[in-house]
Amino acid sequence: MTADQALVFLAGITGGALRVGVPFLFVSLGECLTEKSGRINLGLEGVLVFSAMAAFGASWLSGSAWVGVLAAALCGGLLATLHGLLCSLPRVNDVATGIALMLLGMGLAFYFGKPLIQPQAPQLPAIALGEWSSSPAVRAALQVNALVPLGLLLALLLAWVFANTRIGLVLRMVGDSAAAARALGYPVAGVRIAATAVGGMIAGLGGASLTLFYPGSWNEGISSGQGLIAVALVIFARWSPLRCVAAALLFGGAGAMGPALQSIGIGWGYHLFNTLPYVLTLVILVLTCRPGAVIAGSPGELSAR
Amino acid sequence: MRSTLEDILLPVAAVLAALLLFGLFVLLGGLNPLDVWLLLFKGAFGDSYSWQNTLQRAAPLMLTALCVAIPARAGLVVIGGEGALVLGGLATAAIAQAFPASLALSAPLTGSVLACGAAAVAGALWVMLAGWLRQYRGINETISSLLLAYVAIGLFKHLVEGPLRDPSSLNKPSTYALSEGLRIGGMAGTDVHWGLAIGVLACLAAEFWLRLTPSGFAVRVVGGNTRAAQLVGLPASRLVLLACALGGAAAGVAGGVEVAAVHNSANAALIAGYGYASILVAFMARHSPLAVIPVAILFGGFGAAGSLLQRRLGMPDASVLVLQGMAFVLILASEALRGRRWAWRAAPARAAQAAASPLVQGQP
Repeated sequence: MTADQALVFLAGITGGALRVGVPFLFVSLGECLTEKSGRINLGLEGVLVFSAMAAFGASWLSGSAWVGVLAAALCGGLLATLHGLLCSLPRVNDVATGIALMLLGMGLAFYFGKPLIQPQAPQLPAIALGEWSSSPAVRAALQVNALVPLGLLLALLLAWVFANTRIGLVLRMVGDSAAAARALGYPVAGVRIAATAVGGMIAGLGGASLTLFYPGSWNEGISSGQGLIAVALVIFARWSPLRCVAAALLFGGAGAMGPALQSIGIGWGYHLFNTLPYVLTLVILVLTCRPGAVIAGSPGELSAR
Repeated sequence: MRSTLEDILLPVAAVLAALLLFGLFVLLGGLNPLDVWLLLFKGAFGDSYSWQNTLQRAAPLMLTALCVAIPARAGLVVIGGEGALVLGGLATAAIAQAFPASLALSAPLTGSVLACGAAAVAGALWVMLAGWLRQYRGINETISSLLLAYVAIGLFKHLVEGPLRDPSSLNKPSTYALSEGLRIGGMAGTDVHWGLAIGVLACLAAEFWLRLTPSGFAVRVVGGNTRAAQLVGLPASRLVLLACALGGAAAGVAGGVEVAAVHNSANAALIAGYGYASILVAFMARHSPLAVIPVAILFGGFGAAGSLLQRRLGMPDASVLVLQGMAFVLILASEALRGRRWAWRAAPARAAQAAASPLVQGQP
């Protein structure tokens, strides 16, 4: 590897981390919010695929990528609301419902997305971070999604809301002890439905970033488990929005490994390198989880089961 | 008695409701729901051709559904059957490649048993990994099994497009085709291959094992209450691993049979989503291996009807996925109706229970 190649490779990883990591960021923030209220939404994988399709479709029909972003948030919120409502029924388990929603979201996305595989939709503007370099490859690699600043702001906002506001306190109480919340007169189911719905809207933004920036087109394999990885990331990030940012970037970097190696001409094991994010997730789960022990920072209602 | 009736009626009602909802869904899309329902029935169970198609799809569904149902009886929610399936298919193809063609002709049964055995071992090990991670590392098996499925698919693609690839497969990378002796043929001159018999037998055997053997009973005790199981001295972790191994073996065989009976080599066509559809099958069967048989035939039928909907009405091939998703959601939601009829008798007890523990949640 020459110095030039190394630079291109590094830029590919860094830019890739920022590109590939954005859906991870939004979905893990959405899941973080949901889990803080004491519920797990595995259906965010379905939300991610469905909102990715919705974003692309809306952007294509309206001619504006931002309409697509809005549609993604809306559709993600709707699907997640369904999860929230279903889980509030007696004897309905949130993990099973999440799996059902994963399948339903994918089915709906593939159904409505059929005519969207061919066309090109207007894309989100890019923020150029590579202007300092004279190498066109580096410049191209460091084109960053316009949703990145929004994601970082959201992470800060969520961290602040959790720590410093009344809403955040109620949310955390519902997640830590439903009995305590109920005793103080807060509507536990209502708070959880609201948290799940907003979590779905945030995750929907991740879908928009998939189809409206990178890879920037709609196809049925667009997510392939990224929503689920993001759910696992929340455990790694120990339910802190700020650590979600770091985790998402790390995973983005791992996900960018395959394409980055390909860009410098190493084609061997392309599919193997593409499994890196999944393997890394498993490794990180092995490092963070302990049998029979509760992870620090875990909402009480989650570990009570 | 009553609860058994409920076990059957609630899911059936949920599927009927899903069909109704699906009708409404296609109506909004400008199609006549009556046409759609009729075609769904015709494509699934209308004539002998569609029955053959249905049963052909039911076979892998039964086997992969066991990969959800058996671990579920031990208290695990494993949803990575797709991974065990593709690795099983890959193992079969690899064994077939290593197995000399002359031997395959002289001893085809040995070859077939060996090929399916390899598939079972591959699937069993893969799902056991998820079980091991849960028991010894405390990792949520739902997440890890699905992540492992993606890893398995990556591994599968790597090997099929690389080391195991038949150079003559240009557009569609495949392994070498199985030699004649190793292929699994149709039963009694139909297109329905022996995989269906294997699937039905596996379901019956699993039901028998869970109901009538000590180890099967022990697994159910672990699934019901791990603490109690440990108190009476049951090796919970080993039983969980056993349940994972049996489920994984079933899903692995599903992949092996698909390769040996349908595709003739391992290629991307093997990744057809049976692993996901089977989650729904197992949940609708309430994780009873016996009930998996009819449910797998029903959803195999919907799958078979999908292509008819596509041809006749121009509906997207994902229509069936939408129907499946709706059915899944409604089946889970129907749990809330359980016990409603005599709710007045249990009401005070339930209220007391709800006050004691705010999270009243049953098994999935």
